[in-house]
Amino acid sequence: MAEKTPQELIQIDLTPPPRKWMNPAVDFEARRGTWSYPTAVKNLVYMGMPNPREWSPTDADWKLPENWRQIIHDGFKDLLKKYRSLEIFMDICVRCGACADKCHFFIGSGDPKNMPVLRAELLRSIYRQDFTTAGRIFGSLAGGRELTEEVLKEWYYYFFQCTECRRCSVYCPYGIDTAEVTMMARELMNLVGLNINWILEPVANCQRTGNHLGIQPHTYKDNVEFICDELEDVTGIKLDPPINRKGAEILFVIPSADYFADPGTYTFAGYLMLFKHIGLDYTLSSYASDGGNFGLFNSVENMKKLNWKIYHEAKRLGVKWILGGECGHMWRVMHQYMDTMNGPADFLEMPKSPITGTVFDNAKSTKMTHICEFTSDLIRHNKLKLDKSRNDQFRVTFHDSCNPSRAMGLLEEPRYVLKSVCNNFFEMPENTIREHTFCCAGGAGLGNDENMEMRMRGGLPRGNAVKWVRDHNGVNRLTCICAIDRATLPPLVEYWSPGVDVSGIHELVGNALIMDGENERTTDLRGVPAQPKKEEQDDA
Amino acid sequence: MGALISLVAVVGLALLAAVGATAGDGLRFVLGVIIPGIAFAVFLGGIVFRVLHWARSPVPFRIPTTTGQEKSLPWIRNNELENPSGLLGVIGRMALEVLAFRSLFRNTRVEVMPEKEKVNYIADKALWAAALAFHWAMFIIILRHFRFFVEPVPAWVEKLQSVDGFFQVGLPVYYITTFLMVVGLAYLLARRFFDGKIRYISLPTDYFALYLLLGIALTGILMRHVEKVDVVQVKAAIAGWASFQPAPPVGVGLWYFVHVALVSMLLVYFPFSKLLHAPGVFLSPTRNLANSNRIRRHINPWNPDIQGHSYAEWEDEFRDKLKASGYALEKE
Repeated sequence: MAEKTPQELIQIDLTPPPRKWMNPAVDFEARRGTWSYPTAVKNLVYMGMPNPREWSPTDADWKLPENWRQIIHDGFKDLLKKYRSLEIFMDICVRCGACADKCHFFIGSGDPKNMPVLRAELLRSIYRQDFTTAGRIFGSLAGGRELTEEVLKEWYYYFFQCTECRRCSVYCPYGIDTAEVTMMARELMNLVGLNINWILEPVANCQRTGNHLGIQPHTYKDNVEFICDELEDVTGIKLDPPINRKGAEILFVIPSADYFADPGTYTFAGYLMLFKHIGLDYTLSSYASDGGNFGLFNSVENMKKLNWKIYHEAKRLGVKWILGGECGHMWRVMHQYMDTMNGPADFLEMPKSPITGTVFDNAKSTKMTHICEFTSDLIRHNKLKLDKSRNDQFRVTFHDSCNPSRAMGLLEEPRYVLKSVCNNFFEMPENTIREHTFCCAGGAGLGNDENMEMRMRGGLPRGNAVKWVRDHNGVNRLTCICAIDRATLPPLVEYWSPGVDVSGIHELVGNALIMDGENERTTDLRGVPAQPKKEEQDDA
Repeated sequence: MGALISLVAVVGLALLAAVGATAGDGLRFVLGVIIPGIAFAVFLGGIVFRVLHWARSPVPFRIPTTTGQEKSLPWIRNNELENPSGLLGVIGRMALEVLAFRSLFRNTRVEVMPEKEKVNYIADKALWAAALAFHWAMFIIILRHFRFFVEPVPAWVEKLQSVDGFFQVGLPVYYITTFLMVVGLAYLLARRFFDGKIRYISLPTDYFALYLLLGIALTGILMRHVEKVDVVQVKAAIAGWASFQPAPPVGVGLWYFVHVALVSMLLVYFPFSKLLHAPGVFLSPTRNLANSNRIRRHINPWNPDIQGHSYAEWEDEFRDKLKASGYALEKE
């Protein structure tokens, strides 16, 4: 936890200092708690990436390759040739400042370089100097500056202080997307060996074992069995979910945190109960054991590599289509990148719910459907027996995760599911939900412990909105459809809005689901005694 | 500092033009004919070059920023304008963005209140209003200028003038757009001075563009309302180079030359600066692409030829463990 108290941390002045921003100097020693540790040698070596070495941002010498300036210059040139987005975003910003106070990190820190416009200017200033006529002639007058080691250090600091949440892009009159700019900057930094371990270790793990947490297949099986055992205590029904089963109709892909730690495991239990209840012909995979993809936060090559196994496994198992669990950035990859990178998925069929017959023609090409689309369709067709009152002890709100909202538009489906499984649902203030949603401040690889102060700072807008519904509506349960959220929101709400628990929405589905042959539920999926029914309360 | 340098540059340019205009026919020819001609060529050529350059760059991924409900199940209403599923929606979204500045309309101002432990978001439409006023006014003013370029003056220009001069104030009549452009620009400039955040992010070039536009507007106003320039002479001068029979302008007054010099500067500056946002917004991939990602495969022309860690490699690495925990294997 951050050493500062919430009352100390919220003393934020959003007025920038009078001095100019162009001469950087980040004091990493003084700013501990707001940056992430660099990548361990073994992970860079495993991924075959440049410049593996022991170093720390607090060192004076970052052990860059001798010709690092040339490497970055050439790399920049290459990216400009590959991405129209980068060219456009470098050329057309007018610095109107509409984005300035839309970033959760700026709101929570007041650090002016966390204004999206300025974060992009860190890169743009180099672009102007090196690649534009005006910059070459007029230099700093045209907003150009020399790429120095200090500038590079500043890149490391601020481009690992962006969670690629895309909120700024919603407000930009030209749609300039800082996520894209950050991704490009991280690509450039990769070239000289500047990246963070909390991204590259999961990447290396995922490459080797199939999932970010490095869970090997035997442990995978143990974990699933353990969750099922716990679940049996609650429902009296023994589940035996198929793993790596050939010929199943559906491959179910989830983020690995769902079978690793609370509260994700309860969401996982919810999925399994649902599938058992409707008799779904599906399989899990201990090889394609993570839909999440930290390559997205690192490089397009690594993203493609890690995502490659999804279609590969679908083909091997001979499934008809793919269903994906609750995960934010995984869905950014599945929705906006997978088909392009690793498609075409012409060996699969258009997703069709075997229960309702609904054809998910919005996934005609990619052949992958979101669990919220799937479940809301089931509920709409009355295929689930649900007892909403089993969630009566919860006063629920919903956190739109960045990627499903701003890179898909999955807004109504999760709400429909939630309102169908619980009686007490309350929205957070409108500027903090749907496309305006605020990040958990731990996405894009920044959800590590050494970065805790920055996470809490960036978590202020979200935490404050949760506090608002806690105080006004008695909300005690914050739901989300993202595994990173389920890991990063608990400390965030504990800090800014104590007394609220975090869960996925399929945990609440699991609570409400009346399964054939189940015992009378005396607890929720967490083993917490359920609130007595209204009548019983009255009797007592 | 940047604000000052830019001011000096624009005022200096205006002075230079003024001095030049009084220094004989030769310079008047340069200022009134040659420079605008070159500037216009640079403007056109520069923009065409830049837009073609952008258009040739690949769009490897389809990355719209979605700001509304996706198209998924038939009973969930999708928001085609905020999250287009096809071309029509994209056209609608772009039209809203370009004509009505949709995204700016969302603008809010954040307020952190430490004593109340509260963060507030307040709707803030001033930037949107000022930007819209300035851009639309400028657009209409440019259209109105067609009366100098075309003979006879087209009926739509006459119509535009009469609507714009609806209030019939002053002689010559003051146009509404004159007022909107100056006020809009003044607001955009004022926030660069008085809003600490905007001042911090502003570059010299940001002031330069605003001064230039303000200078153009003010010299136009001076010409029309103070100097009451002889419109027939102005028209003759412009008709000269518009019909490729240029002659040094006569009887058009000093402000004409300053006005034309500033416009020329703006034209030259345009393709090398942030003013490229005008054509650029049409090519922005977060706005001009449909969110049809899972419906139609998007092709990346440089899709790297790489594979992941295959199942076979994975099975080889974990074979013993897989066996021990009873997995079915591809190879025993």
